[in-house]
Amino acid sequence: MNAVQSVDSVALLPAYLAAGTAVLVLITDLLLARPRATVVVAALGALGTAVASAGVGAAGDRRTFCVGADCSWIFGGRAALVGAVVALLTLGVLGLSAPALRAGRSPVGEYCFLLACSMTGGVVLGAAGDLITLIVALETLTLPLYVLVGLRRGSLASAEAAVTFFVVSVVATTVTLLGAALLYAVTGGLHLDRVGALLAERPELRDLPLTTAAVALLLVGLAFKVAAVPFHAWAPATYDGAPLPVAAYLSTASKLGGLVALLAVVQRALPAEQTGPVLAVLAVLTMTVGNLVALRQRRTVRLLAWSSVAQAGYILAPLGALALAAGRTGEARSAAYAAAVAYAVFFVVLELAAFAGVTALRPVGADGGTLDDLRGAARRYPWRSAAFGLALVGLAGLPPGLAGLFAKVTVVRALLDGGAGWLALVVALNAVIGLAYYLRVTAGLWASTTTPGAAGAGGAVAVPLVGVVAVVLAVATVAAVVVGAAPQLVLDLAGR
Amino acid sequence: MTVGQVLLVAVLAVPALGAVAVAATPRDRAARLVGTVAAALTLLAAVPLVFGGRGWVAWSAGAPAVRPWHQLDLPWVPGLDLRFHLGVDGISWPLVVLTTLLTVLCCAYTVWRVPDGGSGRALVALLLVVEVGILGTFLALDLVLFFLFFEVVLLPMYAIIAGWGGADRRRAARKFALYTLFGSVLLLVGVYVVVAAAGTADVVALTGGGGLSRGAQLAAFTLLALAFAVKSPLWPLHSWLPDAHTQAPTVGSVVLAGVLLKMGTYGLIRVAVGVAPEGARWAAPVLGVLAVAAILVGSLVCLAQADIKRLIAYSSVGHMGFVLLGVATLTATGIQAALIGNVAHGVITGLLFFLAGAVKDRTGTGSLAELSGLRETAPRLAGLLAFAAVASLGLPGLAGFWGEAFAVVAAVQVGGPLWTTLGVLAAVGGALTAAYFLRLLRQVTHGRPSPAVGGVGAGLAGAELTAWVPLVLLALAIGLAPALVLGVAEAPVDALIGVVHP
Repeated sequence: MNAVQSVDSVALLPAYLAAGTAVLVLITDLLLARPRATVVVAALGALGTAVASAGVGAAGDRRTFCVGADCSWIFGGRAALVGAVVALLTLGVLGLSAPALRAGRSPVGEYCFLLACSMTGGVVLGAAGDLITLIVALETLTLPLYVLVGLRRGSLASAEAAVTFFVVSVVATTVTLLGAALLYAVTGGLHLDRVGALLAERPELRDLPLTTAAVALLLVGLAFKVAAVPFHAWAPATYDGAPLPVAAYLSTASKLGGLVALLAVVQRALPAEQTGPVLAVLAVLTMTVGNLVALRQRRTVRLLAWSSVAQAGYILAPLGALALAAGRTGEARSAAYAAAVAYAVFFVVLELAAFAGVTALRPVGADGGTLDDLRGAARRYPWRSAAFGLALVGLAGLPPGLAGLFAKVTVVRALLDGGAGWLALVVALNAVIGLAYYLRVTAGLWASTTTPGAAGAGGAVAVPLVGVVAVVLAVATVAAVVVGAAPQLVLDLAGR
Repeated sequence: MTVGQVLLVAVLAVPALGAVAVAATPRDRAARLVGTVAAALTLLAAVPLVFGGRGWVAWSAGAPAVRPWHQLDLPWVPGLDLRFHLGVDGISWPLVVLTTLLTVLCCAYTVWRVPDGGSGRALVALLLVVEVGILGTFLALDLVLFFLFFEVVLLPMYAIIAGWGGADRRRAARKFALYTLFGSVLLLVGVYVVVAAAGTADVVALTGGGGLSRGAQLAAFTLLALAFAVKSPLWPLHSWLPDAHTQAPTVGSVVLAGVLLKMGTYGLIRVAVGVAPEGARWAAPVLGVLAVAAILVGSLVCLAQADIKRLIAYSSVGHMGFVLLGVATLTATGIQAALIGNVAHGVITGLLFFLAGAVKDRTGTGSLAELSGLRETAPRLAGLLAFAAVASLGLPGLAGFWGEAFAVVAAVQVGGPLWTTLGVLAAVGGALTAAYFLRLLRQVTHGRPSPAVGGVGAGLAGAELTAWVPLVLLALAIGLAPALVLGVAEAPVDALIGVVHP
């Protein structure tokens, strides 16, 4: 073995760019102290990261930091997809934050720096090849968010949300670390592929109680990150207390990060016989509880938070097919992983559009408010409401929100290919429950505001539309329409 | 592209572009006119689909059981086995024409009168979108595409009920949306059960079982039949229908009863029976029993109804029961009866809802207790109502007769104690149908004019006549010459029966 590793810097380019963005933002803020310049630097950095991810990923797999055959950094198709999506989401969230930043609600330099740091975590996460890189990347993704959640000046809810999020997240991380440590104790390996190969070769290792504990702890820790039931309770309070753009980031980029980490260990390291049943139960609980509780919500962001809990259930559902032998054949497995990734991509596009819609319909710097605040908004702001409505309908999985429809179709198809018809039925029936609340919000937008006391967005005070938010909303809507008309684009990328 | 393919695309593209044009036209009345023109053009594109492409006459072994007159097959999403595959044949064409016709009439009616609740422009645009969904469902020859169009209808129809409906519209609309989505998610699972087992979603290749195992067929048929039973609706999954039909605005009720329900029965024939014939044979007795239960329950409930729109809505449950009974027999006669029953119900119930809407608009009430003596003050309206009611109860010589009579005949022809009993019970249900429609007529048209009816003028608006006369003529034409529908449907039905009973 060579003492000096050769480092493939091209493979690392997206990570360099993401980290560079964070540093550059900090320096710009220090030297220029012009908020606009800081935001522009962050935006350009995010855009560059997205382009670099796509460019590097298009050229095929690139590996580096290798010990023998095991590599800690594998930049392939999925890493490119995750890197590009996270970077674009960061860009979108930055756009949504612009009005609040301009109004001085949060310190601009810190805000952009933290967001760029979080993006770096997301980009690295997709390429992580060993457990340590994976967990460090996940923490890099999450750590800045503790601060971002609490960054709304003078808001008690915001501070509370930050503390909740911090405590829960730290516990989750320790659990994950313990799981990883136990796994290392059993197999002596840290590289995901190596752990996977060892467990596959030596069935006696799989039967050890320690392995079962390691698998369970690892899954539970990561389930916290995607806000899967029963590890979801932090999400609604945190989303609702956080500034709207940060809530958008939490429910898109951060959730995607959790999923990618979960997928990495499930796909490459852990034995499917053990993870399958756990994931199936998690998926069923997550979507059912998320949908049922969302039915009762009266606050917009809380409703979106619970709905995103439910959506995490749909994302996990294809992995539940691993519970059955028919779902563990090579073909069914890759279909399940691809379906989970594809659903996640469709979902983040729609979710970003939905949060952009809420941001556009609410006064600058306000929280999400109650559903009554949005009542009748369409009479006053037809275009913004139409875009918001399209996103909600998409999340419900109905035309004209074709992106969401194809997302559900992808999941159901993967489940039936894996022989898990019962889980497909659960997903399908949950879609019906989901429609009930998405429909309530959407129909409320077009409802008449004649009822007294309902003076919200449709009421007396006009909500000016800030240009950047409009652009983000428009781009997210167009993206949703495009992936809805040509879902094969996403399916191809997710399958790589 | 051949002329037929251009027409197929036009039938979907014209109303879709029409809806966009309507939304983009600034003035309300002009927009409604634009919508009506688009709907009329769609009708003009749908009718000539019957010409050409019928180079075959008799069914021959080895050929696929579905032989469209025209078809268009383009790839869309290979990863989900979704192809943009459209086609039209004798089973779908009558329904396509019916849909386009009713949409024209509804749009024209809306030019004249916009129900309270929202702008007429939005209503016409939504009607056109609903039309796209329904036509797409009838034309789709790919299971996934079929499902997609099935779903397209849901939200626009929800919006029509929730936006322009009666007092209790929100609840009715929500119930409609949730029930229908329940049906369509089962359809989604059913479709992919078939696709996962057969490896293709092509209806042409799949009709006849396509090598599906018995287990797959039973599972697929159960899911698909449940899905279509919600839409049709089949007792006991019908409870969304009375609310939705009663609360919807007149044009909404017409489209709902006239063609939306047919998506369920059409799907049952084309998709459920066609793709899983073994499952159909297995489930036929259950389906038959439920259909007859629907006939009897629907009729009995109608006898006790106090609201004119609600009565007509419940009568749909009974009529669709006859259609489903026809399908359940799985004989050529039965399926033919189902097809003509479908079309006849669309024409007659469409007319009935128009008339009930007219009565309600004029008197301000739909309560039977407050309506009487309509023929004294509005003889022409009363006469039309009598005609439609008599057509609906199945008087020979009018459209309603063929579907109900032949459904009973088909059940008796199948023989055996079960089917004979079902046939007899269905006939009893037919008699009950006559009873409640005659009760309706006695109450509304005869007797002394009630205060509500007293002030009604005798005249009918030109727009009303324009909307109603085509339906009256069609009810007569189909009644006198059922070959209008049966002639085109005979060959495809024989082909279908050929694969159901190999």
